[in-house]
Amino acid sequence: MSLLPLGEKVRMRGISYPMAIDKQLDSLELMINVGPQHPATHGVFRMVVWIDGERIVDVEPHIGYLHRGTEKLCEGEQYSQIITLFDRLDYVANFNNELVVCMAAEKLMGTEVPERAQYIRTILCELNRIASHMLFYGTFALDAGAMTPVMYAFRERERIQSLFEATSGARLMHNYFRIGGVRQDAPDDFAQRITTLLEPVKETIAEADRLITFNEAFLARTRDVGTIDGNTAVALGLTGPSLRASGVEYDVRRTEPYLLYDRLDFIVPTGDRGDCWDRFWVRIREMEESVRMVEQCLQQMQSGPIMAPTRRIARPPKGEVYAHAENPRGDLGVYLVSSGADRPYRLKVRPPSFCNLMSMKHMMRNAYMADAIMILGSLDIVLGEVDR
Amino acid sequence: MLASLKGLWVTLTNTFKKPVTAQYPKQHLPVARRYMGFPVLMWDEGVGEPYCTGCMVCIRNCPTLCMSAQMMDNPLFKEGKSKRRKIVESFEINFGRCILCNICVEVCNFDAIEMSHQHELSVVVRNGNRATLPRLLEMGKEFQKEVGWKPKGAEEGAKEEATP
Repeated sequence: MSLLPLGEKVRMRGISYPMAIDKQLDSLELMINVGPQHPATHGVFRMVVWIDGERIVDVEPHIGYLHRGTEKLCEGEQYSQIITLFDRLDYVANFNNELVVCMAAEKLMGTEVPERAQYIRTILCELNRIASHMLFYGTFALDAGAMTPVMYAFRERERIQSLFEATSGARLMHNYFRIGGVRQDAPDDFAQRITTLLEPVKETIAEADRLITFNEAFLARTRDVGTIDGNTAVALGLTGPSLRASGVEYDVRRTEPYLLYDRLDFIVPTGDRGDCWDRFWVRIREMEESVRMVEQCLQQMQSGPIMAPTRRIARPPKGEVYAHAENPRGDLGVYLVSSGADRPYRLKVRPPSFCNLMSMKHMMRNAYMADAIMILGSLDIVLGEVDR
Repeated sequence: MLASLKGLWVTLTNTFKKPVTAQYPKQHLPVARRYMGFPVLMWDEGVGEPYCTGCMVCIRNCPTLCMSAQMMDNPLFKEGKSKRRKIVESFEINFGRCILCNICVEVCNFDAIEMSHQHELSVVVRNGNRATLPRLLEMGKEFQKEVGWKPKGAEEGAKEEATP
């Protein structure tokens, strides 16, 4: 059965199409599957989009393709082993994930982390934020159709990752933070290496502005696309740069300083319109702030112990605790219930990507189909964290 | 239009920079000293036996259960050549399961297991990633030679040299 009444045919590009006789035909609502194997969904994410012409009527995210049952697995693993599982949640910002689970256990045990370990943690987390936002910068430009920035972004990401390799022994799955400190002291040339690597990183961030941020084509693709206002964003549970793009100045590093963020001087960049461009811009500015924070940490850092005196097998006392931290993607929280054993009784993760994804429906409604990719890209989701 | 030209200028300036890409199979970038490759077993040159006693502590702590081991009485101990009462009889690591997390190295009481710099996983046989004791010790000897490995207990305050 043909959807359109067959009448005379028109020839376009060598193919003949049936032409609609009745010009007042109602357009049909069309259901389109985007993903799970779609390069623009940044992982195994499937969304079902209902479109009316070019406009999106409704969108439904389908998740779970990368579900590994991390929360359940945590109940059967020792605390030292859980850190390896947390590496694999948000696999773009591994240090930030490790930090949160360590923070939760430390909070419950009342462990004081030595200062040097705190500095090493802060530096690595901020560098990881830069690396993560670099990936966003590259892939978001790629979503918009610009092929070059991803090369420059990965160049800088590679520099940061080789520093991680020299520090923790791995480029991605570090397993470096411990409950009570870090595994090994930073290498001798740590500070010097970071200073040398930050120079090209700063250059690339400035280059990003020249290359793409104020580019007309990019502005046309992103300005006033996927707008969300501050109140709605808060109501939908949006956190991180995506929330700050809507003008809400909520940053866990500022509101509830953990690590050493109360000693550092930094601004929390916010946008005003809450569109895709603002979300991009906030992340670029955040990279600059992270560079500044790392430089301040390097100046303040002193030698000292890197591990608090803890028992080999961590056994937090009976109780519950919630710890959260500002990840590159938002507010990652861990709710830990301990029965006093060497493994948690229950561990609940509040993944920022998952919660941010819920605002996608709001942003995409009435947007163009072509902008759906931009909106999804601007949320910067990582499927390891969405599906857990 | 002007912005596009500006962007093109950025691209052009980058065109004449030295490429940073390494052509992998032809060119291997050096790994850091701390690099965590596959875990291997260390060989005690002085006695001529592995450091490993097969105490199973790494096996119990492995998050992916990728290892297995068996312990036996050390024949060299009876002869009075070794201080180790027990020695490893067999050891197997499935590199396909290993997540390179360094936990086994941390829990080991005898400096017997170390993360080597081996990281290339591809093999031509189906079971090629299951390394048994001889292969692990061979890889370990290679690693010991490569980095000039010393047991941590023997040399106090042995500092790692600066990474490449």
